[in-house]
Amino acid sequence: MDFNRRNLLGLEGFSAEEITHILDTAESMKQINLRPIKKVPTLRGRTVVLFFFEPSTRTRTSFDLAAKRLSADSVSLSASTSSLTKGETLIDTARNLEAMGPDLIVMRHSMSGAPHMLARHVSPGIINAGDGTHEHPTQALLDMMTIRQHKGRLDGLKVTIIGDISHSRVARSGIIGLGTMGSTVTVYGPKTLLPPAPASLGVQVAGSMDEAVADADVIMMLRVQQERLGEVLFPSLREYAQRFGLAQRHLKLARPDVLVMHPGPINRGVEISPEVADGPFSVILDQVANGVAVRMALLYLLMSGADSEET
Amino acid sequence: MSILLKNGRIFCPASGMDQLGDLLVEGPVIAELGGSLPAGDAEVIDCQGLWVTPGLIDMHVHLREPGHEYKETIASGTRAAAAGGFTAVAPMPNTNPVNDSRSVTDFILEQSARHGAARVYPVGAITKDLAGRELTEMAELKEAGCVAVSDDGKPVAASRMLRRAMEYAATFDLPVICHSEDPGLADGGVMHEGEVSTRLGLAGIPAEAEVTAVERDLALALLTGARVHIAHISCAGSVAALARAKAAGGRVSGETAPHYLALDHRAVGEYDTHAKMNPPLRTPQDVAAVRQGLADGTIDALATDHAPHSVLEKAVEFDLAAFGVVGLETALGVVMALVEQGELSLARAIEAMTARPAAILDLPGGRLQKGGPADICVMDPAASWRVDPQNFYSLSRNTPFAGHDLVGRAILTICGGEITHRFKEETA
Repeated sequence: MDFNRRNLLGLEGFSAEEITHILDTAESMKQINLRPIKKVPTLRGRTVVLFFFEPSTRTRTSFDLAAKRLSADSVSLSASTSSLTKGETLIDTARNLEAMGPDLIVMRHSMSGAPHMLARHVSPGIINAGDGTHEHPTQALLDMMTIRQHKGRLDGLKVTIIGDISHSRVARSGIIGLGTMGSTVTVYGPKTLLPPAPASLGVQVAGSMDEAVADADVIMMLRVQQERLGEVLFPSLREYAQRFGLAQRHLKLARPDVLVMHPGPINRGVEISPEVADGPFSVILDQVANGVAVRMALLYLLMSGADSEET
Repeated sequence: MSILLKNGRIFCPASGMDQLGDLLVEGPVIAELGGSLPAGDAEVIDCQGLWVTPGLIDMHVHLREPGHEYKETIASGTRAAAAGGFTAVAPMPNTNPVNDSRSVTDFILEQSARHGAARVYPVGAITKDLAGRELTEMAELKEAGCVAVSDDGKPVAASRMLRRAMEYAATFDLPVICHSEDPGLADGGVMHEGEVSTRLGLAGIPAEAEVTAVERDLALALLTGARVHIAHISCAGSVAALARAKAAGGRVSGETAPHYLALDHRAVGEYDTHAKMNPPLRTPQDVAAVRQGLADGTIDALATDHAPHSVLEKAVEFDLAAFGVVGLETALGVVMALVEQGELSLARAIEAMTARPAAILDLPGGRLQKGGPADICVMDPAASWRVDPQNFYSLSRNTPFAGHDLVGRAILTICGGEITHRFKEETA
């Protein structure tokens, strides 16, 4: 199929065909990662800027590796080393970057919509590597790749996401992407952590932990962001772990071949018990491996389409 | 100098006048109106097909001077007002320094006298520096020329303080204009909390942050007997609360703004900071309720909450962008489009922008009458035009209506007998 996009700002608006095409491309990239020499010349001479305004280890490393395996040059810029601490606006910083001629900007920012604003002001393509509490599309794509690898399909699956749905960009992109691919998504968590209008995202809200995990094909646990404790969203980690943490007993209610996923980094003993995290149903490390492949696919698709029209 | 407005439809809800005829301005007053009048040595302006109404009054603007002259000045803001058909504006006190003392009020009035293209009626602060701790010297503010007091932008959180402020203001019959918002409930929010905020991952401001505060402020109005005016009503719950307080006999009133009548939260689109204001754009149901409230008179007045901001405040991340939109130059077009659609009667639309705000703030004007001030708006009700912010007289361009097609515009504005805006001359 033709893949004419220059930006990946979010999965909203992506068709099932486009998502499938990205996942298929990622499968072929994965083969490269299994070779002894994990490098191809595909993107030689292309430059990717990794523009990170929030601390991130795994996402940035994953993009960095993806770029290097395709022979693109990658440069990292983090909030502490950039000019933003000197009072420069985001647009000014981005225009300075643009003047250095990168082909693609991978951007993480603590505020929702920051990459969308940038996309209106600079010419290089932009990949959203997580914006505030909005979207994290590459995480959702690697999650879908992992599910498809184990289940052989995405449509007709029951996927349950548990935890801080409201503030989770992983959840929002996952809900949109999985919904587009035909999965049924159920969410569960304390009501303080559910979005104000869950129905508008096309999800069902479970009434209990047992209901949430019942017959689930996939259970996706979200990280408890402990800094949110200060906002009176739940009383204690202890009660959270008891009421909203995934334990061995829940898995008996799910499908026998249930997958347990987590975007990481995990809080063992809080949202997920150690037995479950390390247990046979856990595919957490597959997620990490697929992350590199998905990001290679996106770098390839967005940069090789860079000469074509705007999206 | 004399001006004869010839053959216009003279429309004045306050005096009940609606007839084709002439209106003669001599010096600062209306010398005669109605029927066919002799021109004499007056400049004759053909108003065939045009409507002649009282000059519009905007009881809620931000002129940014003193302190933020890069966004707007009294000169540019009143020039924008004139272009929109307004002959009087009431600027809110959140300038720098805050209008909380006679010296600041004096400065505003001096600047207006020197550079103003419209009458300026300053609104003083309720508390010093809008800090919510000490009352301002309201008697002196009134003497200096303030027509009301308000906490606009920084609501008085402590109910006891607001009660005392209302009681004290009532001593001098000074209206209290409330920016009704529960700051704790709204804290951190950047748009209406609902399906759009959910989709965009933005922190929401529930309508209840406004409604609970409106309920409190109206309850205190009933307790104190003060004249209390609720600013920028944006949602159904506030309209219902205002209707109840009026039924209970309160000396209360309310206003809404054109953007709450024409736009809902979907206008935020892909993080458009020009659709970010406080209170935020609400749901389509709220828009319907606010329209209904304005149509049936529960909401008395229409005010723009003209809030100029430069690109420095708007071309940034949505979370960081300043709240507020400009409105003086689009208000008439937005409202007349609603009149054309049958959402609002012409009489209510004009009344809400003339006689009602004049009554709420005890201002002269707001009606066309012999011997009264010659504050007049001549509008072309049929003019359809597309909003291009580059043509604004305001120093700022932060409008959510860029590119919108509006109906109706001011062709000629006369303030105190002086022509302050003439559309055909100044726009090629």
